[in-house]
Amino acid sequence: MHRYIKLAALVGVAAFSAGALAAQEEDESPQDIAVEIRQGHMLNYAANLMVVGGMAQGQRDYDAAAAQVAADNLFHLASINQAHYWPEGTSNADMEDSKALPAIWENMDDFNAKQANLLQAVTALQGAAGTDLAALQGAMGAVGQACGACHQNYRESEEQ
Amino acid sequence: MRRALTALGVLVLAGAGAAWWLTAPDPIPEEQLARYQGDATRGQTLFAAGGCASCHVAPDAPATESPVLSGGQRFVTQFGTFVAPNISPSPQGIGDWSDPQVMNAVLRGVSPEGQHYYPAFPWNAYNKADPQDVADIVAYIRTLPPSDTESQPHELPFPFSIRRAVGGWKLLFMNTDWVLQGDLTPEQERGRYLVEALAHCGECHTPRNALGGLRTDAWLSGAPDPAGKGRNPNITPAGLDWSEQEIAAMLQSGFTPDYDVVGGEMAEVVANTAQLSNEDRLAIAAYLKAVPAIESAAPPAGEGQP
Repeated sequence: MHRYIKLAALVGVAAFSAGALAAQEEDESPQDIAVEIRQGHMLNYAANLMVVGGMAQGQRDYDAAAAQVAADNLFHLASINQAHYWPEGTSNADMEDSKALPAIWENMDDFNAKQANLLQAVTALQGAAGTDLAALQGAMGAVGQACGACHQNYRESEEQ
Repeated sequence: MRRALTALGVLVLAGAGAAWWLTAPDPIPEEQLARYQGDATRGQTLFAAGGCASCHVAPDAPATESPVLSGGQRFVTQFGTFVAPNISPSPQGIGDWSDPQVMNAVLRGVSPEGQHYYPAFPWNAYNKADPQDVADIVAYIRTLPPSDTESQPHELPFPFSIRRAVGGWKLLFMNTDWVLQGDLTPEQERGRYLVEALAHCGECHTPRNALGGLRTDAWLSGAPDPAGKGRNPNITPAGLDWSEQEIAAMLQSGFTPDYDVVGGEMAEVVANTAQLSNEDRLAIAAYLKAVPAIESAAPPAGEGQP
């Protein structure tokens, strides 16, 4: 069920602007808005990963054009400078809705390095996704590892 | 509760003769283990399945083909802080131990000096492993780079600092039977072997009682994450509604069906399960579908948000 809620959220990729507007109407703090924007950004990754990941895992047919679009989007998403998405005081120790561990702010250089690793992995994916399925599959492993490396140290464990 | 009190009684009275006898370490006779010849090539995959490197590499060591098992990672628990030892093939590690000595550590939780290991080392899962597989893992560890880092002592307050008391814990909680009983398909049996023995999934995904024993009545139904806020998820069918293919895919790529990516300790687990065959990942999934669906226990009051 949770999955469908998330998917529904994805369909309105307006998560950014709508979330920010709603936040303002409800008089939410800048910290609340930062968390919503980050989570919206993560959902944008998921919306594109499910295209290339689904093809890599054989859950959907390989389509070079669609794979290229998703890989291009991932490249652009990972290129965004998120520095102002991560203000102090927005960890899970500060806010109920945040899953960001305080370790982020204690290790900002490493956090940024992991973001750079993701950009590197999706740049490779961008070069491979439209070639053929084998190339796409070959590039997906590093993308998953880059996501996981950051979640490993910097995101709270999740209840199912 | 009564069991906990009984357990406390055993711990407190560990000086008594009967308890002393009962808490004695119980290694497998050396000659019985000496007949296993380890195969390092086979051991490499089993070593990944056992997740050995996840705890025994240095803190924040980068993932590598040939992990350096120098130890040093700290595990903070309600009983104190455990520090993973050096298990590399060096004098500071296991280099001078015989194969049966290493096998007894893994299969029985007993050191070459005849002392108990604390259950932070998951011998209570590994004790269900095939001795041949353990021999293969040992052969593989002997091919890895040596490290001269000295193992650091655990930081445990009294009474948990009394190693002999682990003998009482073993009496109460050591379990060499499978948790999931009954008629299983060969695939489910393989999954049971991987989940319950080598991969020791229950250590994080099963709640514990007051003395740190796994609650097998709530097997794999989720538990607080000792590393911080949050919970390790319920992976019984009550908590995990993914298909077997989706579970196997996550164990290979880290991607959930939502295309979230698992984090925390699970990111390291995926680095290990990615090295298994797809048949083994599907076997794990088949097993997870076969365990009883158990709702997650409510977190204790004051634990914070789920």
